Amino acid sequence: MTASTTGAAKERNEAELIARILAGEKELFHELIRPYERMLYLTAFSIVKNETDAEECAQDAVVNAYRHLDRFRGDAKFSTWLVTIVVNEARQKLRKAKRAREDSLDETIEGEEQEFTPAPLTDWREIPLEALERKELRETLRKAVANLPDIYRQVFTLRDLQEMNVAETAAALGVNENIVKVRLHRARMMLQKTLAPYLKTTAPARKGFWGRMPWS
Amino acid sequence: MELNCKHVWAHISEYIDQTVPAEVREEIERHLEHCEICSAVLDSTRNILVLTADNRTFELPIGFSKRLHDRLEDEMNSAGAKPAGPRE
Repeated sequence: MTASTTGAAKERNEAELIARILAGEKELFHELIRPYERMLYLTAFSIVKNETDAEECAQDAVVNAYRHLDRFRGDAKFSTWLVTIVVNEARQKLRKAKRAREDSLDETIEGEEQEFTPAPLTDWREIPLEALERKELRETLRKAVANLPDIYRQVFTLRDLQEMNVAETAAALGVNENIVKVRLHRARMMLQKTLAPYLKTTAPARKGFWGRMPWS
Repeated sequence: MELNCKHVWAHISEYIDQTVPAEVREEIERHLEHCEICSAVLDSTRNILVLTADNRTFELPIGFSKRLHDRLEDEMNSAGAKPAGPRE
């Protein structure tokens, strides 16, 4: 079965679940949202940057989606509808805490013609899969993502963590698709720059393998 | 036109997403054949994306799922809650 037919089957299944919930089988809502728990939390976290708040936003979003399920129209994907709700919850929480960044600030960052120079390592291709398995590398990546500017982290989270497409990401964040592409590119380049040197310095010394590296 | 490294870097994200126009893609591939630095930048970026999509990198708090469904259950059972259904 191809990915697209799986996706279509999933949407049919969801449409059926939604119809049954609206017809009174409310317990099925648990089943409906189960595949999206991770998406709800990570999306909220990318905005509020705090575990407790992110969890609360995810819960609020689920309750909200439950209360307003009748407003869901089949013309959008359920996942897109749900992510929009959690983005709104998270942004409201930020505003309440008066920590919201002004859009004008975002624009300044966006408008600047920044040139990103990646970390030019020639040895990356040789990083074995086992290096990617290392726990501390994952920790470093988490920190690097947390340290991205807000607008880049949000796009990166939806696109590369949750593997949403450009159109869905744009819809969820309320920006146009070109902005999604630009921010994603910058986020990826920033992460490349942050992480490449880390990998280089913490790579285990292994004779015969690392001996071929140009810097060794 | 021969692309230089900076041009390639500018297109890396689109290249990974396979949204780069065909003619640019060919230029990039020609450049990658002889440029180790750009090949490494491309591979490192891809590795980061693999690591990002790995569920172990970004984990949910312990007990998250249970608390979420408990809260939902409370909502479903609370008297004041508007049940899902057609609006009046």
